[in-house]
Amino acid sequence: MFGFGKSDNSLTMDKPQPVSRLDTTVQGLVGLGVERVDGPAKVSGQAIYAAEYRVDDVAYGVLVGAGIGKGKVVSVDVDAVKGLPGVIDVVTDYDTFIRVSQQGGETEAPTQGVKDIEYFGEIVAIVLGDTYEAARDAAIRLPIEYDTGAGVFAFSMDAERDGDLPENNTPAQSAQGDIDAAMDAAPVTVDVTYTTPSQNSAAMEPHASLAMWDGDGALTLYGAYQMPTSDAQQLAKSLGVAASKVRIVSRFIGGGFGSKLGIAPESVAAAVAAKRLGRPVKAVMMRQQVFDVTVRRSNTSQRMRLGAGTDGRLVAIGHETTASNLDTEDYFEPAGISTHFLYAGENRKVSHDLVRVNWLLSGSMRAPGEAVGLIALECAMDELAEKLGIDPIELRLLNEPAEDPEKKVPFSSRSLKAALTQGAERFGWSKRQPAGARREGDWLIGMGVASAARANTLMKSSAKVALHPDGTATVSSAMTDIGTGSYTILTQIAADMLGLPLDRIRMELGDTNHVPAAGSGGSWGAASAGSAVYLAAQTIRQKLAKAMDVDEEELTLKDGQAIARNRSVPIGSLTEGEPIEATGTIDKGKQEELFNQASYGAHFAEVGVNVVTGEIRVRRMLGVFGAGRILNQQTARSQCLGGMTFGIGAALHEELIHDERTGKIVNRDLAEYHIPVNADVPDLDVVFLPERDIHANPIHAKGIGEVGICGAAGAVANAVYNATGIRVRDFPITLDKLMPHLPQE
Amino acid sequence: MRSFHYERAATPEAAVRNFDTADARFIAGGTNLLDLMKLQVETPGKLVDISRLDFAGVEDAEDGGLLIGALVPNSDLAADPRVVARYEVLARALLAGASGQLRNKATTGGNLLQRTRCYYFYDLHSPCNKREPGSGCSAIGGENRILAVLGTSENCIATHPSDMAVAMRALDATVVTLKRDGDRRRIALADFYRLPGDTPQIETVLESGELITHVALPPVREGSRQAYRKVRDRASYAFALVSVAGVVRMEDGSIAEARLAFGGLGPMPWRDVAVEQALVGQPPSPALFERAADILLADAQGQGTNDFKIPLARRTLAATLRDLTEAR
Amino acid sequence: MQFTINGQRREADVDVRTTLLDLLREHLALTGSKKGCDHGQCGACTVLVNGRRINSCLTLAVMHQDDEITTIEGLGSPERLHSLQAAFVAHDGYQCGYCTPGQICSAVGMLGEVAAGWGSHVSADLSSPGLNTDEIAERMSGNLCRCAAYPNIRAAIAEVGADHASAAATSARREGVSA
Repeated sequence: MFGFGKSDNSLTMDKPQPVSRLDTTVQGLVGLGVERVDGPAKVSGQAIYAAEYRVDDVAYGVLVGAGIGKGKVVSVDVDAVKGLPGVIDVVTDYDTFIRVSQQGGETEAPTQGVKDIEYFGEIVAIVLGDTYEAARDAAIRLPIEYDTGAGVFAFSMDAERDGDLPENNTPAQSAQGDIDAAMDAAPVTVDVTYTTPSQNSAAMEPHASLAMWDGDGALTLYGAYQMPTSDAQQLAKSLGVAASKVRIVSRFIGGGFGSKLGIAPESVAAAVAAKRLGRPVKAVMMRQQVFDVTVRRSNTSQRMRLGAGTDGRLVAIGHETTASNLDTEDYFEPAGISTHFLYAGENRKVSHDLVRVNWLLSGSMRAPGEAVGLIALECAMDELAEKLGIDPIELRLLNEPAEDPEKKVPFSSRSLKAALTQGAERFGWSKRQPAGARREGDWLIGMGVASAARANTLMKSSAKVALHPDGTATVSSAMTDIGTGSYTILTQIAADMLGLPLDRIRMELGDTNHVPAAGSGGSWGAASAGSAVYLAAQTIRQKLAKAMDVDEEELTLKDGQAIARNRSVPIGSLTEGEPIEATGTIDKGKQEELFNQASYGAHFAEVGVNVVTGEIRVRRMLGVFGAGRILNQQTARSQCLGGMTFGIGAALHEELIHDERTGKIVNRDLAEYHIPVNADVPDLDVVFLPERDIHANPIHAKGIGEVGICGAAGAVANAVYNATGIRVRDFPITLDKLMPHLPQE
Repeated sequence: MRSFHYERAATPEAAVRNFDTADARFIAGGTNLLDLMKLQVETPGKLVDISRLDFAGVEDAEDGGLLIGALVPNSDLAADPRVVARYEVLARALLAGASGQLRNKATTGGNLLQRTRCYYFYDLHSPCNKREPGSGCSAIGGENRILAVLGTSENCIATHPSDMAVAMRALDATVVTLKRDGDRRRIALADFYRLPGDTPQIETVLESGELITHVALPPVREGSRQAYRKVRDRASYAFALVSVAGVVRMEDGSIAEARLAFGGLGPMPWRDVAVEQALVGQPPSPALFERAADILLADAQGQGTNDFKIPLARRTLAATLRDLTEAR
Repeated sequence: MQFTINGQRREADVDVRTTLLDLLREHLALTGSKKGCDHGQCGACTVLVNGRRINSCLTLAVMHQDDEITTIEGLGSPERLHSLQAAFVAHDGYQCGYCTPGQICSAVGMLGEVAAGWGSHVSADLSSPGLNTDEIAERMSGNLCRCAAYPNIRAAIAEVGADHASAAATSARREGVSA
């Protein structure tokens, strides 16, 4: 026994990490498109999601939302439904119930208090039944009396705007030089306003919580949550219990896309009800409630100003965004986030403000900021290219900055130029014709391009690795897999670092009983949790080297064998009968300030527009991305397919429609809120550029989960313009907006 | 979903006999009824399960047409070789509707009785004259992108959502029923639906407990061309914004016969004989199609966000007529 | 009430309002069938009833007492995957996995529909449809996937569909009939 015990390996990214052990391990599993390790469970229905845990004596909880858009609850007539067969009780707790979902990563409770109704559908009660059918019936029938108030139910740019807002990954206001003067002086300018509507993440699994308390006042909540570590803190604060008393389990999550970053109203309602009843409570949102009460991506109105010389070099970039949110919430859609650094240009203004509305909370949805911000920027660039008579790719290449044009720091890695030029070649960009020139039968055909950029972040995360005497290893962390592939890429990292076959790695994720992690969101998951696993495994490697009496650099771990100086032994034999455990912890550091870190790419789209009806069909699409080390070609590609398809949806389909008399979302189901279906999505081509980022983290990877959506909608929109010569600036581009401008046949 | 009494009917006679309360409903496929019952838009006190009755076949009729059992699933009807060969517009309309799963469950009779997709009809918190007579229409002055421009009233601007029924309307289908008193009757589809007027909650001429047993299709003359053009927001799995079912026969370069029905425009599958009369005997031309559209849309009234349906219908009609009349 | 599910007789005492989906998930512990919308708008609940794919959320359990019901659990297990299940793994035809059982059950039913010669919205000739990318896309459009694995889902189905087609041709030749 060498007295290994437990040990920690922490790294704060204050310095570059030029050497990554992943480049010298010999198995070479990292980077391969290995099949998902959780795949067989998922395809056979054996993967268990939040609402599917079997517990005895569970009561079914169905949420009840307010039937008004603004006002106060006067009374809830519990007796009217309590006598229905199978109904146990109706639970309301006006002070404790949360009024809105929490934003991702917060450690405090979200706004609480549901006596005041601030938006249509706000959850005011939960009905408990012995059966789901009984609870659902009573929930719909529950009479609630309101005192209706006057609300702001329509978004208007004429309303008072609130620009004094705390930073949200980007400051609300920033300026450099004199944009107004530069615009006045520039020979070629674009000054246009793009609007985007409210959107919903529409993950396939509705929000669900199964809550149960034990005799010691501790809560276990099986929930569909992306960030269990911070979610547990939010939940504890909401309930007024110690954080140590709350455990969240989220082993499988049926998609999140931002909507499950923070706790949602069903969690607190289920926990309160479970306590009140003294039995477990399962609360699953109806799909309509997912639309009503989780979170929306804000609608935006974005004024884009671009000023350039006749040579195409930008001298002015202005991106002024107005979004919307509730009075009590300061989250703003950070649409200008990548406008800060995507293109050169001396005079710049990036600002954000809010119009206060009585609509559902706005918050994060996949690539908050860029997903809609790059619609405005990249379409405006297309407009500028058209005005200048310069190819849109050439215009972007002309304005490639040598360093971050505002912070004046270098880029950690940036493959935008390569993405544009290689993508152009692969896509056949040279065949693109002038706007409105290409037609096949009733279809007008066009091509569009857009740049992609998504800020890269690292979030403090830990992972524990235990190497067992039998030559297997267990990786555990509160990290989650929301479909991103965490189970698989962390398995690959652990396997390569420890020299074990993939099937000897056991993954335990999605449980706050494990070491804490930031979870999944903001494209940070793979790099953060992956680095934590790497660090833990590195410590174990060092211990194995010590056991072999060699330096760690001399050690080769492969196929379950430890090899050094002509000696090869089973790795498990080096444990001396006790597991070797190590915890790795990564945290962001000075590198984040010293370098601009982002993933980049380029989107290419070809669309057909029906000249009769204005129907739009995406015919093909290519995304070329540079995102540091690609940990798994297959799961990374799938992430990009998903992002690009979100882009198709944003460009052509998705819009939450708010009734301007009540603020309610009228298209609150999957029949009327149109996410792309299979037939809307052609085969998509995805290319990853070789890249390593030594400034980002020790595994040299950057985020991949969101760069696929960034710019994708812009490329589709620019293709629609190229097909038709019609520029629609109000998204989504539905046929009714094109049709009036199409030729009469 | 409210609780209800459930009875499975062994015979058609038992089915109508068991329909013994005003709040009873027949259930077969259930794809629309259960959708609405979960939300308590529909709250029947009794369900009479007719799904195992023997109306699941398609037979050749004596007149050379087809007699379609009311329980024939949409998918089976679309795949029936006689439908494919002789009533392609119907097969196409069926296949343009819903999804493979829904078509496997949804029945011929049930499809005719689909209820509107109006946002406010589905939302118990909104006034809706169709759901709660006298409460008002939220769609007028509200969000109405998907709603009707023809045949509306000040009480209701709902659209009928079916694709199948639009094709059947163009094909001059007849609905065959069994009434509670045992009588059978045949109702031309032209007479089957009612305009909303002051009673948008009443959508058809069916009496309480009257069971659709069959739909009869008369033969289509040889040499007719058929098309179903559906315009929607997604490439698949979305309700029609506008659809056109057309059956056209040409003779000597002129339109000898034209039958046209429209979805997405009105509270029922829409057909206007005057449109067809304007076409018959004429050589096809863009100007002629424009005239037809003028007649069709003379009384069309948009409500704001659905205004676009009027020009969309015009353009879609013209393109469909072009395709059905051009020389091949 | 008695049901035949995945070849086994199962009994459950359920409310008349219980849907087939809720019967499976809440009463029989068959949680592979997913609830995504509960209104037939997403396809996550797709199961096979008497060999046909349907939305199990939009049908009452009480209406299925003599039917043969096959769920994802009945197609295969992690140790013995159905060919489509294996193809979904190989082609990464999923991400979060929530729509996946419905996609796979739907694909099983869909391939049967193609084999039966059923046309689709995109078939140029309704009487002899093939199984190309457009056909798969149209026929699978009743199964939403927000992770948007659509291209991979099509690849998985195409691979198995091609095997089905060649197997059908082989067996037809063996039986001395022309395909």
